[in-house]
Amino acid sequence: MGRLITVDDLKKHYPVSRSLKEMVNGERPAVRALDGVSFELEERESIGLLGESGCGKTTTGRLILKLEEPTSGSVTVDGQPIARLKGKALKEFRKQAQLVFQNPFDALNPRLTMEQSLSEPLINAGAPKAEFSDRIAAVMKQARLPRIKEVLPKYPHQLSGGQLQRIVLARALILGPRFIVADEPVSMLDVSVRADILNLMRDIQRESSLSAIYISHDLALVRYVAKRTLVMYLGRIVEDGPTEEIVLRPQHPYTKALIAAVPVPRVDQDRGPLPIKGNVPDARRPPSGCRFHDRCPIAIARCSVEDPALLPSAPGHRVACHLVAKA
Amino acid sequence: MSRSARVAGGSIRFEGKEIAGAPPSVMQEILWRRMAFVPQSAMNALDPVYRVGKQIEEVLVHRGNYRREDVPKRIAELFEMVGLNPKRQNDYPHQFSGGMRQRVGIALALALNPALMIADEPVTALDVIVQRQVLDTLKDLQRRLNLSVIIVTHDISVVAYVCDRVVVMYAGEVVESGKVKDVLEQPVHPYTMGLTNAFPDLGRAAGTLVPIAGSPPDLRDPPPGCRFAPRCPFAEPRCAQTSPPLVTDEKGHAAACLRANEAPMLREQARDPARWAA
Repeated sequence: MGRLITVDDLKKHYPVSRSLKEMVNGERPAVRALDGVSFELEERESIGLLGESGCGKTTTGRLILKLEEPTSGSVTVDGQPIARLKGKALKEFRKQAQLVFQNPFDALNPRLTMEQSLSEPLINAGAPKAEFSDRIAAVMKQARLPRIKEVLPKYPHQLSGGQLQRIVLARALILGPRFIVADEPVSMLDVSVRADILNLMRDIQRESSLSAIYISHDLALVRYVAKRTLVMYLGRIVEDGPTEEIVLRPQHPYTKALIAAVPVPRVDQDRGPLPIKGNVPDARRPPSGCRFHDRCPIAIARCSVEDPALLPSAPGHRVACHLVAKA
Repeated sequence: MSRSARVAGGSIRFEGKEIAGAPPSVMQEILWRRMAFVPQSAMNALDPVYRVGKQIEEVLVHRGNYRREDVPKRIAELFEMVGLNPKRQNDYPHQFSGGMRQRVGIALALALNPALMIADEPVTALDVIVQRQVLDTLKDLQRRLNLSVIIVTHDISVVAYVCDRVVVMYAGEVVESGKVKDVLEQPVHPYTMGLTNAFPDLGRAAGTLVPIAGSPPDLRDPPPGCRFAPRCPFAEPRCAQTSPPLVTDEKGHAAACLRANEAPMLREQARDPARWAA
């Protein structure tokens, strides 16, 4: 296995309008959506980016796909910094990096048939017309879409959510990408369809050499598709480790809170209070020191002053917390 | 309900009154005052051009006969009840986060002290931590205000966390109902067994999620007999002919399945993913 993606000290700040006072003081306020994120993705590896709204997980995905440019830091794919990609090389990169959309009901053009929607990427990539029907049939098989002939002439409103999400997935796979970024790929689907799509994504990864980044707020779902999970909070990674290890032995207090909040389908008599206080703070003014300290149930004085680094706590496991023993 | 739809039969009694097909004048007395609704994703249900306080005021004044001078106090009360800062009643919906807007939706529903609150997918679009916070608020209010609550959801974990009883529906019919503990731990209907199989459980080993093959039937032309039969791994020829009646046992656990008496054995077999393969 080789290294596929390297993310190095990635930052993305969105400027916001300034108050008069801020102008006078020469301040440039910004939403720090992403504030120094580094990690690597190996070939054939699947990782989950886990966190609440506003933690920077979607921004990370968009920067890796070069849908946006970072404020600083870099993303390297296959040894090539993607910031410099232009022209032909950029077009090649677009084939290799694909996005799976969250809401299958919005992701497909309502005026295009399934066949047209699936042909679009092929047209954009300049594939020969003669190959279209074979490639569409092959990718539909990969996405386990039965009755190809019946489905292809249909419009989005004629299909179910599960079928649409398979088409969305098929469309992402049709150019044979090296990796996909899937942003909450099942959050809009019903429970039984959800299971179906998660199983499908797991199978597709087993069968192909695809790498995948799954973005979600629900660890119970990430667990089914990602071997490794990065937990994010306010633009930073707070924990990074094997998913099963994170489920069973979470280290960071924020990860513990996330796990305590995940709903379980059982009549649990005593789930105890949630080990977290308040709401996610304003990303324009993140708290000093550890960004989680004001919500943390175990914070000490040091936490509000000193920003903890993401350090190994065990082999293959990194945690950013002053109170977790270092390896 | 859409205007083109009608109540084709049956009855709904609310506080002793028949309300199925009741004229708007009767419903106006009941809606908001005795029975209130929290729509799915309250974020889209609030009017973006009015301050949220103004929207609650409308209900208080026009439906609740509140005097305008009493309104701010009541809104402050409601905001505190659902865990919002009362100062924020002058904000617009876009200034709130998803979880907060859901709280505003609940405050709005509770404005006139109803006896029943119906909440449609109250936490579906929210992050897990916010979900839990909103559900805790709901549970707490339900207890404190002696409120009856109906939660409409596809999420078994929400039912498990908040509800006392559950009614499982499939293709326009009740297939199973009873105490949440009984229904989730000892489901009788194969559809309920399938749903529990398909739901991830972080507290248990990562097994395989087992989907229910196929999709719900076209309700213009529902299948004869049991409507779940075409997708049911345990269907027998008779299931496609006879509509199963809803039979209630002595514990109040009801199910509509011709093979209900074999439930313990079917539950055993339902654990095997191969059973559910398409």
